[in-house]
Amino acid sequence: MLYNEPSPLETKVLSRRFGLPNSASIDTYLATEGYQAFRKAAGMKPEQIIEEMKVSNLRGRGGAGFPAGMKWSFVPRNSPKPKYIVVNGDESEPGTCKDRVLMENDPHQLIEGTLIAGLAVDAHAGYIYIRGEYRYLIEVMDKAIAEAYEKGWLGKNIQGTGFDFDLYTHTGAGAYECGEESALLESLEGKRGIPRIRPPFPAVVGAFQCPTVLNNVETYCAVPAIIRDGGAAFAALGVPKAGGTKMTCLTGHINKPGVYELKLGFPVKQMIEEVGGGIRMGRKLKAFIPGGSSCPVLTAAEVEGATMDYDSMGARKTMLGSGGVIIMDDHTCMVKAALRIMRFYAHESCGWCIPCREGTTWLKKILERFHQGGGTRSDIDLIGDISRNMLGRTFCPLGDAAAMPTLSIVEKFRQEFEDHLNGKPCPYEHEMVTA
Amino acid sequence: MTFSPELEARFDKLLKSYPPGRQRSALVPMLLYAQDEVGCVSDELIDEIARRLGVTPLAVNEVMSYYSMLHRKPLGKYHVQVCTNISCLLNDGDKLYEHACKKLGIGHKEVTADGTFSLEEVECMGACSWAPAIQVNYDFHHFVTPEKLDQLLDGLKDGPPGGPRK
Repeated sequence: MLYNEPSPLETKVLSRRFGLPNSASIDTYLATEGYQAFRKAAGMKPEQIIEEMKVSNLRGRGGAGFPAGMKWSFVPRNSPKPKYIVVNGDESEPGTCKDRVLMENDPHQLIEGTLIAGLAVDAHAGYIYIRGEYRYLIEVMDKAIAEAYEKGWLGKNIQGTGFDFDLYTHTGAGAYECGEESALLESLEGKRGIPRIRPPFPAVVGAFQCPTVLNNVETYCAVPAIIRDGGAAFAALGVPKAGGTKMTCLTGHINKPGVYELKLGFPVKQMIEEVGGGIRMGRKLKAFIPGGSSCPVLTAAEVEGATMDYDSMGARKTMLGSGGVIIMDDHTCMVKAALRIMRFYAHESCGWCIPCREGTTWLKKILERFHQGGGTRSDIDLIGDISRNMLGRTFCPLGDAAAMPTLSIVEKFRQEFEDHLNGKPCPYEHEMVTA
Repeated sequence: MTFSPELEARFDKLLKSYPPGRQRSALVPMLLYAQDEVGCVSDELIDEIARRLGVTPLAVNEVMSYYSMLHRKPLGKYHVQVCTNISCLLNDGDKLYEHACKKLGIGHKEVTADGTFSLEEVECMGACSWAPAIQVNYDFHHFVTPEKLDQLLDGLKDGPPGGPRK
């Protein structure tokens, strides 16, 4: 089901079946061009599939934005080892709830995406790793997988093409870190989700130590449209270096929160005002996070002229990330926001790297004390120093994910920290009432 | 240890999902599905899963302690999980959590005396656009107000008896 009204400003490619009766059923899927991209791909050479993916300019939708076609091309197709397709459905980045609606409303689109990836790299098995909290989606995907087997779209000699492919779901059990690709692979092998050192990258040594394509749910969901309509058509929807649409989650202080499919390059102001119906209670924008809580925060002034794509966000020293937009109005206490974000990363740090394990915990303690009115002036610089000492010094990006928003908040909203130096609890607290 | 036929069928299917010699992959799913049936990851369950997968109980313990949804002690029949992460916080998720504490008379990871409810302040559950959100066992509830929470919990209190976390 859908949890919010669609917007007329959306460009429906991945969400084109949302809202159709029984949109998750294979009958609906087959009646609406479903699995036609697989048929087309089965008649193409693997290099042609990967070339089409490169032409599409599809960049990884989990947050890192790595070009998907290039990632696929790194898989050594001629390796004697089996190859695997792994789907990252561990969606846990705060602010992000898009993979959920993709799996719930159109599970066969995801299945078809994995099949095409299988054709491209000569893989014959795939795993959909779904976070433990999304139990109902395991049921949705298992049902869709069973339908696909029944109708000959999974299993041996799929539709007479000679291609075999098996697909399985795998549940997580509560761990943000498992959304990081190498930690996810460890978890898939029945271990603690500790990141692996790279290189080698998963394309060469991935699941079960074999070559693996590992992408986000949304990335695979874009594949059928790319093959069906051509990579160029998909590329044309977006901006020069990033094709297609982005499932965008509007969250926070916004009138019409929801998940909307918007062309890459969609203007931020228009997104807030027209898609999201503006800031709640007629208030003003104070801070903007483009794609999940690990992105550096932008001020209202920085948002001027910004568009929702990798380059525009990169130029503002932040990231498009996962598409989890977090909107904060002018009554928000930024110290409290920084504290809550840090509490999360301290909770989720796997403990493997000391700068992350210790840094997140110390930052949480300092921010907690600060917010309660016990901070000192030197703490403000200390927060920045600790953050800078975490950046780039950990195995996986969790340390950066914790440091980046903190650093941006302490640098851009320093005055709010100063305002907390009066020995009293948060001066903004009473204003944060939202309803 | 014996499990329901449904759970045994699920285990069988899981063990066939991974490449030969890689059955250990089933460890985390087996623990979570078994916990849903028996209530928690007990010593007995750890031994049983270890035996079935050919690993040591210590290895099972080491892995389970990493995952926040796996619990060594039984939860309430209804495990109430309130998200207070950033998108929920901006929509008063923290106040909703405080309300839940008062309503149930328990705190983080505690269980009511009659075993009906347990409470947990959780991290982002992927319902950010429909905040504040909670999960009761595996069911999502969106745009939850204190009044809606009261209604929901009152309804469950008098609801039909059922197994844990079903």
